[in-house]
This record gives sequence, structure tokens and C-alpha cells, in this order.
Amino acid sequence: MNFNNLEKIGQKELDRQGKYKRRIFCCTSTACLSAGAGQVHTSLDQSVEACRCDEHEAEVVKTGCMGLCSSGPLVRVEEKEKDPILYGNITSELAQQLVSRHVPIGEIDDELEEGDQDLSVTPHDMLHYRASLKKAGKKSDLDKNIISLDHPFFSKQVKVVLNETGIVNPDKLEDYLAHGGYQALAHVLENMTPEEVCDEILESELRGRGGAGFPTGMKWNFVRKEGAEDKFVIVNGDEGDPGAYMDRTVMEDDPHRVLEGMIICAYAVGASAGYLYIRGEYPIAINRIRKAIRDARRRKILGKSVLGTDFMFNADVRIGAGAFVCGEETALIHSVEGKRGMPRMRPPYPSTSGLWEAPTVINNVETMANVPSIINNGADWYASIGTEKSKGTKVFALAGHLRNTGLIEVPMGITLREIVYEIGGGIPENRGFKAAQTGGPSGGCIPEEYLDSPVDYESLNKLGSIMGSGGLVIIDDTTKMPDFANYFMEFCVDESCGKCLPCRVGTVQIGKLLDKLIAGDGSQEDIEQLENLCETVKTTSLCGLGQSAPNPVLSTLKYFRNEYDELVQQAQTADSGLN
Amino acid sequence: MTTKKPIRPEEEVHPSGDERYLAIDRTMKQFKYERDSLLEVLNAAQEVFGYLSRDLLIYISTQLKVPMSQVYGVATFYHLFTFEPQGEHNCIICKGTACHVKGADRIIEALSEEFNINAGETTPDGLFSLTIARCLGSCGLAPVIVLDGQVYGKETPEAVSRRAAEVVSRSKEELTQTMEVG
Repeated sequence: MNFNNLEKIGQKELDRQGKYKRRIFCCTSTACLSAGAGQVHTSLDQSVEACRCDEHEAEVVKTGCMGLCSSGPLVRVEEKEKDPILYGNITSELAQQLVSRHVPIGEIDDELEEGDQDLSVTPHDMLHYRASLKKAGKKSDLDKNIISLDHPFFSKQVKVVLNETGIVNPDKLEDYLAHGGYQALAHVLENMTPEEVCDEILESELRGRGGAGFPTGMKWNFVRKEGAEDKFVIVNGDEGDPGAYMDRTVMEDDPHRVLEGMIICAYAVGASAGYLYIRGEYPIAINRIRKAIRDARRRKILGKSVLGTDFMFNADVRIGAGAFVCGEETALIHSVEGKRGMPRMRPPYPSTSGLWEAPTVINNVETMANVPSIINNGADWYASIGTEKSKGTKVFALAGHLRNTGLIEVPMGITLREIVYEIGGGIPENRGFKAAQTGGPSGGCIPEEYLDSPVDYESLNKLGSIMGSGGLVIIDDTTKMPDFANYFMEFCVDESCGKCLPCRVGTVQIGKLLDKLIAGDGSQEDIEQLENLCETVKTTSLCGLGQSAPNPVLSTLKYFRNEYDELVQQAQTADSGLN
Repeated sequence: MTTKKPIRPEEEVHPSGDERYLAIDRTMKQFKYERDSLLEVLNAAQEVFGYLSRDLLIYISTQLKVPMSQVYGVATFYHLFTFEPQGEHNCIICKGTACHVKGADRIIEALSEEFNINAGETTPDGLFSLTIARCLGSCGLAPVIVLDGQVYGKETPEAVSRRAAEVVSRSKEELTQTMEVG
């Protein structure tokens, strides 16, 4: 074991960080980058430079997602012995003001030094900002951009998977080590047998976060018990569900956490190679995971001798090319093998015959990211969070008609009402709540009367929806439910791989019936046929895609039947009007 | 002492005369020309060329010794691969759930009308393509569009149309100027 070296590197980084009086964190996750975080980061850097202060006065740090994506770009200032301050909607110019407010300005000559004219932020600018800040007294324009960290959006969350996102620099292995990274792996390699690791995960009652909720420890045990020489670990990062970006955020913002979970899994099941299958639409996630793998290899965390032990493990990235069905495990395996991503009959399950017919563990990114925390804090700790059957936390991408949207991590069992009205801040523009859609095209719509039900696997299933991978879209009363159901059906028509008939033909026919109803040409019989067809597709399709594709239609039929009836009535009145 | 390694001549030119093929060769080499690497090679080809032409697919098929039918089958299965060259300007409209409920359809309609093309098509003059994305994952900024690589959030149909029309008319002007000069 040579974990001591890594610990030393982590400690050195921690000491280095401790020397700075203040650290300015700038979110560089996809959502904030889209809102202009790239320029903000450059501007922060240049402004700190322009302050001409002592080197240890301030450091600008690139981090991952801070959660409140609707107010991006986000910047957080942490000063020693002071409460952190979070700023939202920062522009390049506001970034300069922000620096002048927090960072002391050193000695600056009246005359600009040579080369200063070419800078986009000169020391004189900083003096100017400082002066106008003084003039304005305590009331500065910047105050409007401060977001209270006591807001329920932050205080209601419990962070396990997202514990270090927004704090560590995702491109720096040292930073992850400084925050206790790879300690779980070191502990596992030194003190635990593969069987003990599987049992620990089993006891934590961690369930697959890809949506189906299969007990992770059980899956690992199946593969561990297989006698094959070659075994594989695949991390499923093919997040095709529209409106969901949890896995991308974890991969982008804390890549080493995913990698650590993956290596622990490989040790537990006896695999020597693994793949991270990442959606092609996620270039930043791909680059950061690749860098994490390179760095881990260099530090001997991956390779022939992991941390100096005789356990060997190699990880590589495979890029998906945009097929929703590849989220299904057998389809994903085919895709990694370079084939069309089509599912096959199960059994045999991948745990007996997976990638290249070898026993294979496939887990979602979020599932893997839970593993290091479980090892570090113990199975009991993890099992103490959540409800009786659903333990731990769940990350949701909260979107739609809400005041606060972004990425949240909540304990299982929290009510939808708390998520919508406290974390999400309610529906804007004085509109009413209509439905919460979980699980994307495979999930369902939950109406207002069930807002107090807890968010866990069983409760959501009972309501005709699913936990899904973590997309949570809130819609207000301006949305027509048949239209909304049709939107998801169009998606499934497009994404059906075409292998089995119920899904290939059924989804198209469901779509046609919906079109007919929406166009005002439908009758009650069409609604009945729609219901029957949905049941047929649900029960007879080959894989999860087809089996769950009717959920949006079925759940809206169940809870918003009146809207379908209205469409039929309108059609009838229009007809009688013509006569 | 550092001496620069002489560049080997065979690395400079590709037999096809198109040096972009070198990048594809590199990817294939990296995967030791294994058939399993087909998807990775196609990904690289799409990135380098911007679209997969018939010649390109034949080349990959021969090099990897995978039947053309399989190469074509895999390439057409995945959404990221395109088989026609893209327009000079490209506008991607996100149609994820969050963007959908916030009116992405109206933006698509506005652009279709402005340029007289359907989603997924390119204008006959090759200046503008209208592309649909499943979800760009910037749901907090919905509705989101990407115009020539630049992301714009919280958009309206009018603003997108205006912005797209601007970049295209600028290209048109440049084109007429060069023609006049010529």
C-alpha cells in the first residue's frame, strides 16, 4: 500500500489552500458556462491580478455546480472567519466589482505600468470601482446579486453525492485528495475482503439510481460469485432522459468520486477492466473524466498495481452517439461492443453474461458516486438517511415552471410539496401548480392532491410514475396534459430501436391516437382504445423503454381524464355546429 | 540536448490527398483496428468531417474489415451521426422537457418560417441549418438555443429569428461582395 504518498499530496494541497485569506469559487459547470461563466472566470482572474495585492490575499478557483443553475453564473466568496457569500447572475463587469469589494488593493502607481494598457482590467479600474463602492456606502449594486445561503433551496438539501461539487476543482486530483478523496479505496484495499465490501453495500441498502432501484449490493454479489476469468464494470453515463442532467454534473464536477466508486466496485466483484459510457452530447464531462483517468493512472490509482497492491484495474471511456435506448443495460453493452444499441432478452442477465459474454456489473453514475461515502461513513450511517425501503439521498434536476431551478440532492422520503414550494420557491407569475413529472419519458405526471406523498421508489410507483434517473419537471396550469403526454410519446416514437413490435408499432399508433384527439377529431372510443393500447405496449414490450413508454399517457389519463374528455366534447360540439 | 525528430513523410500526406483521414487512421490505430471500435471511429469521423459521406463509410468499412452493411446500420442507428454537410451557420434548438414547456416549439416554428425549411434541414444556399437537440442539459436557462456554438438562454422566438437572420444576411453580403470583386 502506498496511500501515504497520496495523503501527503492531499495534505500539501490543503496547506496551500489554507495560506489564502480568501478563495473565490467560480462555477464552470455546463449550465453556468452557457450563461457566460467562462468570461466571468477570466475576469475574476484578471481582476485579482489587477489588485496588485499580496499573492496570498486571494485565489480564484474553478469549481463544479453550486446548484442554483437558474441564477448562473454563480460565484462564491469564502473569507477566513467570515460566512461565505454567494453571488448569482454575475457578468464580467460585476466580477470586477466583486473583486474590488473583497480583495484589498495593493500599491498602485498613478501612471500605468508598461503593458497595463493592453489589459482588459487595469489596476486603475480596480481603484475606480473601490472608490465608487465607498461612495455608495453599504448599498452596492452587487447586493442585489447576493443569494442567501439560508434559503430553503440550500438548507433543505442533504449532500452525499454532491458533497464536493462546487467546492473542489474537478480538474485537480490534489484537490479531491485534500477533501478526503480515495481514502475509501485505500481502506477497502487494506482492510476489507471483496465479500465484505459487497456486504457493506448490501447493508447500506443502496439501490440503483438509474431508475429501476435494484439493490446494488445484490448485483455486486451475483458478479462476485461468478467464476469467470474476465469480468467487467460499466458505469452508465448515457443520460438520455430530456430534462435530466444529474449524471453529467457528477461526472463534470467530481469525476474522481465516480472513478473511486468504480474502482471499489471492481475490487468487490473481481473485475480487471471497466468502461465509463458517456453520452456524446457531454463534451465537458468526457474531457474531465478522461483527465481524471490520466491523473489516476499517473498516481498509480489505476493500472497494474492499484495503490501498490496486487489488485489490477484499468478504466476507459466509451462515447455514446445519441440513442436513448442505450440506457438499457443490454443495449448499452451492445453499444460498447461497437454495435447497434439494441436490447436483448433477459435472462441471461449481464451479471452472468454481459460485455463480450463475461459477467458484468452495470451501475449508474450516481450509484457509483454513493459508494465512497458509504465506505467512509459506514452502511449504518447511509441506511439512517431516507425511508424504510429507499435509503440515502437522490439527486434531482429540478426544472420547469419554478422560481428556483437547478440541481438538488434531497433525502429519500422528502415530500414533493417541500421540493416544489420550499426548495423550488413555488410557481412564478401567480400561476397554479398542475403536475410534477418524474422519470421523463418513462415516468408519469403526479397531480396536486398527491403533493404530500414521499419521494421514494415505492410511493412513486404506486402513483403510476417512477423514480427514474432524476429528472423532475414541474408544470403550471397553462400546460395542456394531452399535449404534454404527446410530447413524450413523440420522443419514444423517435427513440424506439425497432426490435420488438409492441414498441415499434405501438408507440406510433398511440401517437396517432393522441394526434387525433388533440386535433379535435377524437371520440370516447378512441380514448378507450388508447388505454388498451397503452396496457398492451406496457406488458408486451421487450425492454424498459417500451414497457415504460405508455406511462406519461396512462398517468395523465388517470389524473387528468377530464382534459381528454373535453377534447372529445369539443369535437362533438363542433360536429353538431356544422349540421 | 533536444533534437527535433524529423517528420516521417508518410505521416504528412494521406493517399486520398485529404489529411483529415489521418485523424481517423490515428483513432483506428489507437484501437488496434479492432472491429469493436466501430462506434469510436465513427464518432471521430463525425467530429473531423462534420458529417459521414458515403466514401468515408466505405473507407472505415475496408479499414476495420467490417461489412459496409454493418457500418451503415450502426451509423444510421445513432442520432449524432449526419450524412449531409451542415450549413455555414447552424442553430440548435433544445427540445428537452424544460425547454418544451417553456415554448421551444414556438422558436422552431419562427425559424422554420424565417428560413422556409423544416427542422433538421439546411437552406438550399447552404447558409443555414436548423437542428433539434434532445436536451442540452441547461434546463435552468430554458428555452436554450445554440447559434454557431454560442449558447443563448431564456430566449424568445423573435430574438432568435432576428439573431439568426443577422448572421445569415451578413454571410450573404460577404458572398455578393466576393462575387462582385471576382
